[in-house]
Amino acid sequence: MKSKRFEALAARPVNQDGFVKEWPEVGLIAMNSPGDPVPSLVIKDGIVVELDGKARKDFDMLDLFIANYAIRLEKAEQYMKMDSLEIARMLCDINVGRAEVVDVTTSITPAKITEVLGKMTVLEMMMSMTKMRAREIPSNQCHVTNVKDNMVQIAADAAEAALRGFDEQETTVGIVRYAPFNALAIMVGSNSARPGVLTQCAVEEATELNLGMRGYTAYAETISVYGTEQVFMDGDDTPWSKAFLASCYASRGLKMRFTSGTGSEVQMGYSEGKSMLYLESRCLYVTKGAGVQGTQNGSVSCIGVPAGVPGGIRAVLAENLIGACLDLEVASSNDQTFTHSDLRRVARSLMQMVPGTDFICSGYGAVPNYDNMFAGSNWDAEDFDDWNVIQRDLKIDGGLNPITEEAGVAARAKGARAIQAIFKELGLPEITDKEVEAATYAHGSKDMPDRDVVADLKAAEDMVARGVTGVDFVKALDRAGFSDVAASIFGLLKQRVSGDYLHTSAILTADFKVISAVNYKNRYTGPQTGYVISDERWEQIKNIPAEIDPANY
Amino acid sequence: MAINEQMLKSIIEDVLREMTGATPTAPSAPSASKAAAASGVKLTAIGDAKQGTASDEVIIALAPAFAESQTETITGIPHDKVLKELIAGIEEEGMKARVIKIYRTSDVAFCGHDAAQLSGSGIAIGIQSKGTCLIHQKDLFPLSNLELFSQAPLIDLETYRAIGKNAAKYAKGESPNPVPVKNDQMARPKYQAFAALLHIKETQHVVPGQKPVEQRVDFI
Repeated sequence: MKSKRFEALAARPVNQDGFVKEWPEVGLIAMNSPGDPVPSLVIKDGIVVELDGKARKDFDMLDLFIANYAIRLEKAEQYMKMDSLEIARMLCDINVGRAEVVDVTTSITPAKITEVLGKMTVLEMMMSMTKMRAREIPSNQCHVTNVKDNMVQIAADAAEAALRGFDEQETTVGIVRYAPFNALAIMVGSNSARPGVLTQCAVEEATELNLGMRGYTAYAETISVYGTEQVFMDGDDTPWSKAFLASCYASRGLKMRFTSGTGSEVQMGYSEGKSMLYLESRCLYVTKGAGVQGTQNGSVSCIGVPAGVPGGIRAVLAENLIGACLDLEVASSNDQTFTHSDLRRVARSLMQMVPGTDFICSGYGAVPNYDNMFAGSNWDAEDFDDWNVIQRDLKIDGGLNPITEEAGVAARAKGARAIQAIFKELGLPEITDKEVEAATYAHGSKDMPDRDVVADLKAAEDMVARGVTGVDFVKALDRAGFSDVAASIFGLLKQRVSGDYLHTSAILTADFKVISAVNYKNRYTGPQTGYVISDERWEQIKNIPAEIDPANY
Repeated sequence: MAINEQMLKSIIEDVLREMTGATPTAPSAPSASKAAAASGVKLTAIGDAKQGTASDEVIIALAPAFAESQTETITGIPHDKVLKELIAGIEEEGMKARVIKIYRTSDVAFCGHDAAQLSGSGIAIGIQSKGTCLIHQKDLFPLSNLELFSQAPLIDLETYRAIGKNAAKYAKGESPNPVPVKNDQMARPKYQAFAALLHIKETQHVVPGQKPVEQRVDFI
């Protein structure tokens, strides 16, 4: 006989997910692998001669980079002698301030910090994240993409997403050659609704830098680092080449962060039998050593790997927290689809949503999931109201706010018209009124007419070839009568000269003031300190369109 | 899912056997059918892959385990059928397919990029055993591409044929409409952990520094 109970359970979405037993020899283990090194640090004449059980002559290139650049040596030996449990307690103790903890956590080794986090529960890590987040005010980032690479829809979705509260927006491509148009559309669309939204286009690294230098984007985060030498070499890279790339962005005044995450080394087949968290810890030290202000981490696109093994989602929170402990901006993933189960996807996100991170999602899919070209997100446009209600239920700030249909439609229309106008001014393939209308009322690309892809791709290539830059976008928008959008794009370009948004965890307000970990330092030391939701913000969060007024019921 | 669990078990057992030399505790049922699938195509190494001069050739670069230690894609499509469709697509456009094996890497971008350097037309298709593939061109950055099909579980035989056709069209200097990209956000939760296992297994056949090897392809 078959059990009807077990039959019902087998049909549940969670049982469509892939689960794997731990297998430490190939790195299929989230934390605390028997293959992880024992923490150690020996310094002689100001030089690290032993790091985590390895003598300097045996260092691989990551060890060397970390030993040379990533650890503050002044008090390192003293802090390495501290019991890891004691450091773990400091991390979640409200009586110990962030600066005091950072002094310790930036002076210890990758294996040591992995050991510290290995002693904490997720609840303790969440307490710690509340304090350790670099910027006082949490924020959120979204994805705006679609399966057709339709730029009119991107502009409309970006405008709506800006209105919903996303401070950063990220696009990518189905077809690489569409990148210039997608980058242009997300920048123009988002800034047509809310000046100062930072936008990026995730593509191959050289192309991404090129787009940034031309003023098609305002920041970048798809600069990947890995936790083993072999995976680095598979990408024809070293920590030094990545540091060089980071300095290219810095030299042009462009915000950027690295990206890494648990599971990538297993996914690429070279984990050296170490735990996912230890290898991610090395990535974060490389990020720190390269002088980069932040990280996008939290397994990111490899989330199916840690999520498949025991304790994997705990490891994902742990890696976010290591980023914060290294005084980095943390864009904490919550971006990729990793489960069929709605329960699992909420549980996974509460780890970052409740304490708040610099960017809780990186990003939240501001399109239907079928249009998400990052292979789906953990949250999408159909979850906007759920997210808003969870914020309202728990009185937490997840970075978003409810909007009315009228406001949403108006923002979409303006975004679509702005991209139509700029295309006309720049002599690019026509965007028809019919397309503008479709994008205004669309949910996803299924509601959009097809475009002549070959003509678009030729025009995109030609636009780059004739040297069109961000300044030309500003001029074209101004000529077309969108002087406010032109001013906003110009405001983004000016940031590169002032450089203020290069500080850790920087976002821009609608009047182009920088909010960062420098002028809005996280000063949390227990109840009613640090970031407290203001009355004004609470009004915004709690007034969802679905609520009824008891007085008039 | 039953098939995938079995596949997964057999992979784990295979890898464990290779690593430890131990015999698996339970023999895996699908290994017999896998051997049958492998018999659909025979690859014979015929020396180092040479620089091509014919402008009508498109190279298909196979990752190290393709049609050898692994014989089907992540969704169980036999490698011989995949290869047949890629070749048929290329020939349909009046172009010639040349098949090589890459050993220095299992990364699909570098498989395709290495092969594009050797291709007389400058165009190549790179493909991993799990089915992930791309169309590459010699003057692009390694991690760029003409078309990428990153979600292996969504690629069917019809798509492989279309990929072959499009690669041939690029080789002829045309600008074809890209093969429609499929997107299934549920591919990751279902397949990513298994994809990692398959890739680990492919990567165990990487030989650092080894040159690409020309292959004679016999369909049986």
